[in-house]
Amino acid sequence: MKDGAVLEMRGICKYFPGVRALEKVDFTLREGEIHALMGENGAGKSTLIKVLTGVYPKDGGTVVLSDKQINIKSPQDAQNNGIATVYQEITLCPNLTVAENMYIGRTKGPLTDWGKMNRSAGKLLDDLGIPVSPKEQLGNCSIAVQQMVAIARAVDMDCKVLILDEPTSSLDEQEVQKLFKLMRDLKAKGVGIIFVTHFLEQVYEVCDRITVLRDGTLVGEYVIQDLPRVKLVSKMLGKDFDDMAEIKSSDEEEKIDYNGTPVYQANNLTGTTGIKPFDFEIHKGEVNGFTGLLGSGRSESVRAIFGADRVTGGTIKMDGKTVKIRKPLDAMKNGISYLPEDRKLDGIVGDLSVRDNIILALQVMKGFFKPFSKAQAEKFADDYIKLLNIKTASQDTPIKSLSGGNQQKVILARWLLADPVYLILDEPTRGIDVGTKVEIQKLVLKLAAEGKSITFISSEIDEMIRTCSRLVVMRDGKVVGELKGADLNQNKIMATIAGGESK
Amino acid sequence: MTSDTMKSNNPSFAIKLKNFLGKLVKNQLFIPIVALLLLVLINLIADPTFFKIVLEPSSTGHLILSGNLITIIDNASELAILAIGMTLVTSASGGQDISVGATIAIAGSVILRVIKVQPTDISNGRFAAMLILAFVLCVVVSAIFGAFNGALVAYFNIQPMVATLILFTAGRSIAAWINNNDNISIKDTRFAYYGNFIPGIAIPTPVFITAICLIVIALVLKFTNLRLYSQAVGINASSSRLNGINPKMIKLLTFIILGVCVAVCGFIKVSRTSSITYSVIANNIEMDAILAVALGGNALSGGKFNITSSVIGAYVIQFLTTTLYKFKVSSSAISAYKAVVVILLIIISAPIVRRWFEDMKNKREAARVAKIATAANTESGKENV
Repeated sequence: MKDGAVLEMRGICKYFPGVRALEKVDFTLREGEIHALMGENGAGKSTLIKVLTGVYPKDGGTVVLSDKQINIKSPQDAQNNGIATVYQEITLCPNLTVAENMYIGRTKGPLTDWGKMNRSAGKLLDDLGIPVSPKEQLGNCSIAVQQMVAIARAVDMDCKVLILDEPTSSLDEQEVQKLFKLMRDLKAKGVGIIFVTHFLEQVYEVCDRITVLRDGTLVGEYVIQDLPRVKLVSKMLGKDFDDMAEIKSSDEEEKIDYNGTPVYQANNLTGTTGIKPFDFEIHKGEVNGFTGLLGSGRSESVRAIFGADRVTGGTIKMDGKTVKIRKPLDAMKNGISYLPEDRKLDGIVGDLSVRDNIILALQVMKGFFKPFSKAQAEKFADDYIKLLNIKTASQDTPIKSLSGGNQQKVILARWLLADPVYLILDEPTRGIDVGTKVEIQKLVLKLAAEGKSITFISSEIDEMIRTCSRLVVMRDGKVVGELKGADLNQNKIMATIAGGESK
Repeated sequence: MTSDTMKSNNPSFAIKLKNFLGKLVKNQLFIPIVALLLLVLINLIADPTFFKIVLEPSSTGHLILSGNLITIIDNASELAILAIGMTLVTSASGGQDISVGATIAIAGSVILRVIKVQPTDISNGRFAAMLILAFVLCVVVSAIFGAFNGALVAYFNIQPMVATLILFTAGRSIAAWINNNDNISIKDTRFAYYGNFIPGIAIPTPVFITAICLIVIALVLKFTNLRLYSQAVGINASSSRLNGINPKMIKLLTFIILGVCVAVCGFIKVSRTSSITYSVIANNIEMDAILAVALGGNALSGGKFNITSSVIGAYVIQFLTTTLYKFKVSSSAISAYKAVVVILLIIISAPIVRRWFEDMKNKREAARVAKIATAANTESGKENV
């Protein structure tokens, strides 16, 4: 074993019917290090993690933990061996208290000393600086706190290896910092941490080493100082990367006619989701963005435009004509498409095939009594699978078995097929790989150049700066500013989000 | 995971056959059909004359087909029709309607209420008109009760089993109330045609009615988006709504369709005996209908569905019942025997067992790939030399 290595995986193989998910992958984790596991969607990160945590049995290779070869048969087995995992989706029970969640399945015997359990949970939470009472019901805590409770549970189980699978994707900046502090503390205590994330900045902020996977094979292991960002990205993609900053051509804004009739115009639009009435308009060929912290109302605003939640007031004009949009079908019939923020919950229809998922919106618009012929549906699916380069075994594959980025492309295909005049994309790049992110941003600009109006929302501000020509800034359910032109820079946006109102 | 499939270089006949068998086993129809064949086999071994069908005169003097197979196909009719509606309800709402037995009683009672006031000597034309009126009324009433269940499920978000518990409890009382709890017996022999035989036709009428129902639902599925919508709603209601579907309407619609199926079953049931016993008619049929859906390999939690599979499931259940009777199992013990068969079938089709088989397959695949790799290595080594 290498010096200080706590975990060594050698020659790990995993196959799914017809698919080579992992082929002879090596991975080494040392004591007291934070090790990033990077790769595009479908590179094999999740599969490797699932093999390590006993979710999938491995089809080949060896796992050595603290100088002892082990064969992990189940997640329970992994836990007993000191491998703890915190997943992107919270896997705790929201209807139990924090303390109960931390000790569930770990109490010995039929009796439980509730007082003692609450006390020791409280002490551990204090030690880790997690601001929550052990008696609080978990479902009432913020996602960040729930995430930290999951980590606290893992830490208390004396874990040697802690796996964090995309823990930051639903956290805001402050919460991320808290999580990083917790990670550094654990690192100082000698815990080896495997960190899976799509955020490059975060990798360079906390990690010591990076292992890159691509197409189920190992690309290499690197010390963080030796691998500048651009190189990391090119390793992940397997090709040299054209500079992302060059996506937007500079002259396109001039083509937009800001004095013409807006494609979409809302006055005093109000919903039941806690946003204040707001005005909004978008012109032909324009890409605009909504920004603000989590919970600022940016998603709620676009949902109100689409009629996704109950709309209670406001007038809407499309191309100058007053229209009524009270439910999603109204919006769709008026040429508005909406790609929702939560892909899993609101986007995909998991068990349905890629084809059915692609044609769904257009089919609904066409009507209940007019189904597409099979040949027509197949052609639609084929066209968009090619157009967006969707990686799927066939169009009959259930969408849930695709990787996140490809699922997102399918949903995008669904809404492009509906041929909207106004396309709303809420976090289309969340939780997907860098390559697809760039593809989507390029697509947005291409569609805008073709004359579609697009609202593009992303938590990553530089993505917004690269694609949008106008940004609506929101805070506490209210529009607090609108930025365009030279004002579209990181500092100005931050300032507006933080408190531009008083100026 | 990479999506590049591993294509074998020379697909021999054996591999093709293996792929074909693999697909066959994965097909949803596989388990119900195998169960059916198994029952056929057992019966053939036990009694080679089991499947004998003869043409013989009935009590009314007409030639009719008779034999075990005819009895099975005839008696399974109500269950097969119910399985259609139950499959749709299961798909869209992720739950089952346990009130169908009780609402069959209501449907039957409605029919008899209309028919009983007719003198037996009316002309064929008038009788037909009366029958149509009775049937239409029965469909409307059943659809309303279906809509009641559906509204509770779709608009009040009550679990289907709890929502339908109301009519499960109250249905038979309502049925009795419709006819003042009278014992009705229809003397007009023309009324019995629909649950028995039409003079001159050797095949039981319910078989034709079932065929009509199956054709109608096949056409509905072909010419509307019922399949896509109810599957989408059953899998992800939130996403369906954002795609412009109204999930509440779709759930309500499936319950109304089940209501219509119930009306047809009620009609067949009362026509079979020309009478009704409110507390016994279609007793426990709801459990058999749910079982048919499960046997057909449909997830009871909703989503994707296959009606053909459910209908075959219905015939399997009837086949099993008749077989057990043939083996002289007493009617009170039949449920226990059924339970054993059900346990076996459910375990075979459980996801965990399927995954276990798949893991085995993956291991073999891995071994095969490793072997090829080592072979390639040694070969390239030779070349280098």
